[in-house]
Amino acid sequence: MLRRVFVSGLSWAYLALVYAFIFLPVAVLVLFSFQDGRLPVPPFNGFSTQWYEAVFADRKLMAALGNSMLVAISSSVVSCVLGFLAAYSLARYKLPGSALQRGLLIAPMTVSYLIIALGLLSLLNALHMPLSLLTVGIGHVVINLPLCFAIIYASMGDHQINIERAARDLGANDFKVMALVTAPMLMPSILAAFFLSVTFSWDEFIIAFLLSRFDVTLPVEIWSMLRSGLNPKTNAIGSLVFLASVALLLILEFSLFGRTKKQ
Amino acid sequence: MTAPVSIENVSKTFGHFTALDSVSLDIRAGEFIVLLGPSGCGKTTLLSILGGFLSPSSGRVVIGENDMTFVTPSKRPTTTMFQDYALFPHMRLSDNVGFGLRMRGLGKAERDEKALGFLDLVGLKASAGKRPHELSGGQRQRVALARALAVDPEVLLLDEPLGALDLKLRRQMQDELKAIQKRVGTTFVHVTHDQEEAMAIADRIVVMNQGRIEDFGPPSQIYMRPRSLFSAGFMGEVNFVPGRVKTADAACAEVETSLGSLALPAANFTAAAPKAGDAITLTIRPEHFRGADKSGEPMFALGDAKVAGSAFFGTHYRCHLQPCASDGDALVAHLPQSAEVRDGEIVPLAVRAADVVALPAASGTL
Amino acid sequence: MTATTLEDADRRKAWGFAAPALLWTLAFFVVPFLFMAAMSLWKREGREIVRVWNLDNYVRFFSENALLQGLVNSLEITVIVTVLSVLLAYPLAWIIAERVPKRFQRMALILAILPFWTSYVVRSYSWLLVLSKNGVINQMLTGVGLIAEPLEIASTRTATVIGFVHFFVMLLTLTIYSNLIQLSPNYRRAAADLGANAFQTFWHVILPLTLPGIMTGAFLTFVLCIGDYVTPQILGGNNELVLPQIIMLQLGRRADFPMAAALSIILMLAVTIAYVACARWLKIERA
Repeated sequence: MLRRVFVSGLSWAYLALVYAFIFLPVAVLVLFSFQDGRLPVPPFNGFSTQWYEAVFADRKLMAALGNSMLVAISSSVVSCVLGFLAAYSLARYKLPGSALQRGLLIAPMTVSYLIIALGLLSLLNALHMPLSLLTVGIGHVVINLPLCFAIIYASMGDHQINIERAARDLGANDFKVMALVTAPMLMPSILAAFFLSVTFSWDEFIIAFLLSRFDVTLPVEIWSMLRSGLNPKTNAIGSLVFLASVALLLILEFSLFGRTKKQ
Repeated sequence: MTAPVSIENVSKTFGHFTALDSVSLDIRAGEFIVLLGPSGCGKTTLLSILGGFLSPSSGRVVIGENDMTFVTPSKRPTTTMFQDYALFPHMRLSDNVGFGLRMRGLGKAERDEKALGFLDLVGLKASAGKRPHELSGGQRQRVALARALAVDPEVLLLDEPLGALDLKLRRQMQDELKAIQKRVGTTFVHVTHDQEEAMAIADRIVVMNQGRIEDFGPPSQIYMRPRSLFSAGFMGEVNFVPGRVKTADAACAEVETSLGSLALPAANFTAAAPKAGDAITLTIRPEHFRGADKSGEPMFALGDAKVAGSAFFGTHYRCHLQPCASDGDALVAHLPQSAEVRDGEIVPLAVRAADVVALPAASGTL
Repeated sequence: MTATTLEDADRRKAWGFAAPALLWTLAFFVVPFLFMAAMSLWKREGREIVRVWNLDNYVRFFSENALLQGLVNSLEITVIVTVLSVLLAYPLAWIIAERVPKRFQRMALILAILPFWTSYVVRSYSWLLVLSKNGVINQMLTGVGLIAEPLEIASTRTATVIGFVHFFVMLLTLTIYSNLIQLSPNYRRAAADLGANAFQTFWHVILPLTLPGIMTGAFLTFVLCIGDYVTPQILGGNNELVLPQIIMLQLGRRADFPMAAALSIILMLAVTIAYVACARWLKIERA
C-alpha cells in the first residue's frame, strides 16, 4: 500500500517536473512580452502592452506576416490538390511501378529541409532564376506534398472503391467522382493534411531563409530581429504567433475533429 | 426500360488465372436472371464485365442492339447494385437516389421529385432527408435499389445484394426484389451463391463453376433435370449412384448399378444420349425415394436399406440409409413426417423412373 | 472506334492524375538534388564555380579538422539528444496513458505538446531568455545565493541540447503515447496472470511491443536534429559548430556552393546510415 502511494506520488511529481520543463520557456516568453522595460529578463518591472503596439506598428513585420499567410495557404492548397490527385491515382488504379512512385512521392520526407533548400537554391542560381516568395512556395510544396499525399493516401480505404464505382456507374466522370464523392468522403483527412501543411509552412525557416530575397516570411523576419539580441518586441511577436496558433488549434479540436468523432 | 443482353464467347484471364472461359449467354429483355455458383466461379467477374468495370480478354457483350464491350460504366445502359450498397455516406437519401439524374443534367426540383418517387417505390419516402448511416441494413439495401433504378437502366446488375442480411430479412427482400422487377420490367442480372435465393427469384438460373456455365434454365428444370453433376450437386442435396449403360435404343436405356438394374427413358439422359458401355452417374434427390409401393406409377425397387441415422426436419425425416445389397456409399433420403423411423430398421426403397437423371460419370474423382 | 480496353483507358487516366505530383517532385526535388550531387564534385575558384570533376571537397572534408569536427559534433549532439529525449518522454507518455484518468488524457496530451505551436525560431529564442547570462535561471540561482557568478549555459553545447530535448520530448511523447494506448490491456492481464510482476511485465511485454513506436520517433528525432540549423545557431552560438552551421557558412561569406553541396551529401549519408540501422522497425503503410 505504502509502495503504491510512493509510486503514484513519484509519477505525479515526474509529470509536474516535465510539464514545468516543457512550459518554462513559453511562460517566460509570454510573461516578458508584457515587460515594462527594454530587457525581457527578470526582474519583471511591471505590466505594459507597449511591445505589442510596437509589433503592430512595424510595417516590415506585418508585411512578413501577410507573406507567411500567403505562402502557407497557397503552398498547402497546391500540396493538397497534387497529393489528393496522386493518392486517388495510386490507391484506385493499378499502375506499373506504383511502389516506386509512392517511394518517390514520400522521399522528400526523409531529407533534411536544409538539403532540399540547398539543392533548389543551387539549381535556381545556375538557371539565373530570381528568388522570391514564389520560390519559397515551391520549396514548401516540395516538403508538404509528401505529407499531404501520405495522409490522404492512408485514408483511402478499399471500402470506398465501390462507392466511387457506383458514382461512375451512374454517369459521373472522374472529376465529378473526385469532387462530389471522393473528396467529401475524405474531407476530414484532407482538412487534417491541409492544416498540418499550413502549420509546417507557416513555421518553416531554412527554406524560406535561403529561397527568399526581398519579401520574406515571418520566421525569417523574426530571425533578423534576433540580431539585436534579447528584445521584448521579439517576445511579443512570438507570443502572438503562439496564442493565435493555440486558438486555431482549439477551434479545430472542438469543431472539426469533434464532429468527425461523432460520425 | 429493358433490353436483351447477349454475351458472346467472353473470356477473362488475370495473369495465368482463367476467370471466365469462353462464356456465351443470351438473356431476354425483362428477364430475371440469376448467376449462381460457388465463390471463385467467375460469376462476379461476368457481372463486372456486363457493368463495364472490367473488359473481357476476348469476346463481345451486346446490350440491346449495341456492342458494349469497351464502353465505360457511365455510358452503359446498365447500373449496378453493389454488395456493400456503396451509398454515398455524405449525402441524404434523396441526393443518393437523385445522383444519377444529376449526372444527366436534371434540375434540382425535377430530380428531387423523381428521387422521392423511387424512394416511395421501396417504401422509404418518409426517410428522404436521412443519411445512410441512420438506416438499417435492409433499408440501405432498398436505397441502393432505388438509386440504381432511378436512372431508368435497361439492365440492372445486382452483386450479391442480399449477402449481408440475416435470413429472415433476406427472404423478405427476395420477394420485394421480385415484385419490383415485375413492376419496372427491367432486365435483372443477379449474382448469388445461395441456391434457395436463386430459386426464389429467378426466371432462369445460370449455374457457373470454374469460369464456365454448367447449366442454364428455369429453376425447376435446373433442379429436376440438371445437365451436369456440378449443377445437380449445387442445387440442393442429391445422391450420386455410379452405373453403366448395358443397352440403349432411341427411347430407353438399361442401366446397371449396385442397387440393381433400371430401365430409364432416354429423355432422362439430360447431358448426352446414352450409348451402350458408357459409365454414368445417376442422380436421385433425397425426397424422391419412396416406400415400396404406390399404386399405378412405374417404380423401380432398389432393394432394402438399413436406417443408419435419422433426424426430424419438420417437413420430413432426413435419414442415412445403408443399402443392404451393397457396401457402397450410404444414401440420404427424406421420409414423410408420418413415417416412424427407428435406427437399424430395414426399409424397402423405390424410386420413380421419371425422377432419376443420368449424367456422364465424372472423368476425375468425385 | 479503336478497341482500347477499359483497363488501358483507366491506366492512361491514372497516369494523368499522378503526373502533376510526380513531375513536381522530379523537377523540384530529384533534379535539384542530382544537380547538387554533381556540384559537390566541382570546385570553387575565386568567385567562380569551375565545372571540373574532382573529389577535392570530400578530400578536404576528411583532412580539415574543422570540417570533420562539425560532423562529429553533429553526431554527438544528435545521439545525446535522441537518447535523452526518449528517456524523458517514455515515462511521461506512460504516466499519461496509465495514471491520468481516461477523460483527461487527451487534454493532458494536448497540454504536453502545446509549446509545439510556438514558432520554431521563437522557441529557441525563448530558451535564450531562460539560459542566458542574465536570464531566468541565473537570476534565480544567484538570487537565492546558490551561486555567486552566473553560469555560462547559453552558447554552449548544453544549451543546444536543452533546446533540442525540449522540442523532441514533445514529439516523442506523442508517438510513444499513441503506441501505448493501442496495446490491449489483456497483454498486461495475461502477463500478470502468468505470474509476472509489474517490472517483469514492463520489461518483457510492454517495452518490446512499444519498441517500433520508439524507433520511429527516435529516427524522426535523429533526422530532424542532425539537419537543424536554427537551434544550434541560436543556442549553441559559434563556439562549437555543427555540420548545418558549417554548410551555412560556406553559403554565406565564402559562397562556396560545391563545398556546401559536398557537406550536404555527407549529412545525407549520415541520415541514410541511421535509416538503414532502424529500417526494420520503421513502417509507412496504408491503413
